[in-house]
Amino acid sequence: MAYLELNNIYKTYGQGGNETEVLSNINLQIAEGEFVAIVGFTGSGKTTLVNLINGLLEPTSGEVLFKGEPVQGTSHERGVIFQNYSLLPWLTVGQNVYMAVKEAFPKKYKKELNAIVAEYVEMVSLTPAINKRPKELSGGMRQRVAVARALAMKPEMIIMDEPLGALDALTRGNLQDEILNIWGKEKRTALLITNDVDEGIYMADRIIPLRPGPNATLGPEFKIDIERPRDKTEMNDNANFKETRNAIIEYLMDIGNERKSQAKEEYVLPELTPKDFVNRFK
Amino acid sequence: MKQSITLGKVTKFMGLGFLSTFKDLFTGKLEKEDFKNFLRKVVVPIASILLFIGLWHMGSKSLYNIEAEFKIEKALNDQGPAAAEALRACIASGDSSCQPNTLPSPSQVWGSFESLLRDHALISADKAAFIEKTAALNEKRLAEGKDAITYTGRPSFVDQIFRSLKTVFAGFLLALFIAVPLGIFIGLSPTLKSSFNWFIQIFKPVSPVVWYLLVFMIVKTLLIDSSEDSSFTISFISVGLCSMWATLVNTAMGVSSVDKDYINVAKVLKLGNFQKIFKVVLPSSLPLIFTGLKITLSVAWMVLIAIELLAQSPGLGLFVWEEFQNGANDSNAKIIVAMFVIGIIGFLLDRLMLTIQNWVSFDKTDAI
Repeated sequence: MAYLELNNIYKTYGQGGNETEVLSNINLQIAEGEFVAIVGFTGSGKTTLVNLINGLLEPTSGEVLFKGEPVQGTSHERGVIFQNYSLLPWLTVGQNVYMAVKEAFPKKYKKELNAIVAEYVEMVSLTPAINKRPKELSGGMRQRVAVARALAMKPEMIIMDEPLGALDALTRGNLQDEILNIWGKEKRTALLITNDVDEGIYMADRIIPLRPGPNATLGPEFKIDIERPRDKTEMNDNANFKETRNAIIEYLMDIGNERKSQAKEEYVLPELTPKDFVNRFK
Repeated sequence: MKQSITLGKVTKFMGLGFLSTFKDLFTGKLEKEDFKNFLRKVVVPIASILLFIGLWHMGSKSLYNIEAEFKIEKALNDQGPAAAEALRACIASGDSSCQPNTLPSPSQVWGSFESLLRDHALISADKAAFIEKTAALNEKRLAEGKDAITYTGRPSFVDQIFRSLKTVFAGFLLALFIAVPLGIFIGLSPTLKSSFNWFIQIFKPVSPVVWYLLVFMIVKTLLIDSSEDSSFTISFISVGLCSMWATLVNTAMGVSSVDKDYINVAKVLKLGNFQKIFKVVLPSSLPLIFTGLKITLSVAWMVLIAIELLAQSPGLGLFVWEEFQNGANDSNAKIIVAMFVIGIIGFLLDRLMLTIQNWVSFDKTDAI
C-alpha cells in the first residue's frame, strides 16, 4: 500500500453552465520516504492539486488516501510550504514559527516549544533575524521562515507548492540544498510542485509532468537515477541527467504545442486598410 | 539590536513630524537642501496663519463699521441729531454699553480667552476655598451617614472642556464596546450580516438631534426614580450611538475580507475558532478597525456640541449656546474662543488615535 494515494481524482470549479474541470483522472502513488516532483506549466492546476492533498480542498470525485485513510481536512501530519510564503505580517519570525509549533505540540511546555523554534530557525540560519517581522526580510529569508514553520511541526510528509518560484537563482540553489539536507536527515516523504525541470531533477526521485488544464492530468513518470548526494556542477555532465532532462522538456514542449494546435477558436479579423495620410495632406 | 528612541522619531510616530524641523532650526543642524523643506513645512504654514488672522482682522473691522453706521443712522432717524452725535462719541470712546454687536476681531477673541482663563483661576480658587472650609464638616456628615456637601457653583470654561472630554470618551468607549464585537460577529457570519444590514443602512444616516431625542425617551423612563442629573448619561449614550457606525462598518468589512492566505495558514495549522479569530482575523483587520475608530472619535467630538446643547449637559456645547443666548458684550468673542478650542482638541484627538494606531497595528501607515 502506498503512503499517499490519489485515485481517479476529478476537480471542477463552478456549477451548471460555468463548470470548468480543472483536474481530471489524476492517479498518483507515493511511497514512504520518497521525494516526488510534479512539473507543469503555470495555470495547469498545480496549486489545486496541492490543496487537494493537504486537505484545503475536496475532490469532486475520487479519493485521496493518506496512509490508507481518506483525507478529511488539513492535518499536522502533512506540512505545507505555500507558494507565497503566507507569513503573518504582525508576528516576528520566532512568533510565526512558535504559533505553528504550539498547535502541533499542544502538550509541551513553553520552554520545550521555544527550544524547537530556536532549533528550526537556526536550521534555516535565521537566528539573527528571529525578532524581525516578515516585512523587514528579503524574499529568500521569508521563504526560509516558511520552510522552518512547516518543518518545525515535524510533519510526516512535506508538501511544497512552488516554494522557490519567486527567488533568485542563487538563493534558490541554497534553499534547494537546505531542503534536501533536512529531507535526507529526517527521511520524510516529500512532494514538490515546480515549474522548473532542473530543480525537479536535482531534488526528486521521480518526476511526473502535469498536462496543462483544463482537464489537467498526470503524464508518464520519469525516474531519476542519479546517486545522492547530488552535485549540481557534476550533474551537468552526467549523461543520465542530460537524457532525462531532454526527455522531460521534449514531452512538455510536445504537450505545449499540442495544446496550441488544439485551440479551435478562430479569430475573425476586421477588414481594415490603413488610412491614406499621404494623399490626404497633399 | 535595540533602536534608540529620539525626539524626532517620537514626533514623527505621532504624526507631528513638522516639529522636528523646528528642532533642527534651533540646534543649527539644518542642511542647505533642507531649506526648501523648511520653507514648505514651517514658513508657509506660519505665513498662512498670519494671512488668515490679517483677513479676519480686516473683515471684522469692516463689519464693525457697517454695524456702527447703521446704529448711528437709526439713532438719527429715531431720536434726532443730538442722540446720533452722543452715540458716535460713545462708540468712539469704546464704552461697552454701546458697542456694535458683530464678528469680533482677533484681538477681542484673545482678550476673551485671557478673561476666560482669569475666570477659571477665580472659580478654582473659590472652589478650593470652599472645599477647605467644608472639609471638617463633611467628615462629620459622612460619619453620621449623611451626604457630603459639594461645590455647586458655576463651572469655569476649563471645567466645561473637561466635562466635554469626559462625555466624548464615555461615548467613544460605548461605541467601541458595541461596534467592535458586533462588527466582528457580522463580519464572520453572512447570515448575521444580511440580518443586520437593513438596520445599519437605516440608522447610519440618522441625525444627532434625533438620536438625542430617542435616547432621551428611553433614559428618561429608565431613570424615572433617580433624582440624579441624567444629562451626562443621555449625552454620552447619544454621542456613542451617533458615532459608532463607522467602526461597525469598518470592523465588519475588515473581518470579512481577511487575506485568503492567512485563512489557509490558520487551516493548515489547524487553529481552533477562538485562536483563529484572535491570532489571525483580528490582527489582520486591525488597520481597518482603527480607521473606523478614528472616524468614530472625530464624529463623536463633532456631534457632541449639538447634543450637549440639547441635553443641557454643562460642557462646551452648552457654553456656546449660553453665550449666544446671553448676548453680553464679549459673548461673540467667547463663542469664537470655543470654536478654536473645539477645533484644536479635535485635531489633538485625531493625532492621539493615530499614535495608538501606529502603536498597535502592524501596518505603519503615514499620517494623512
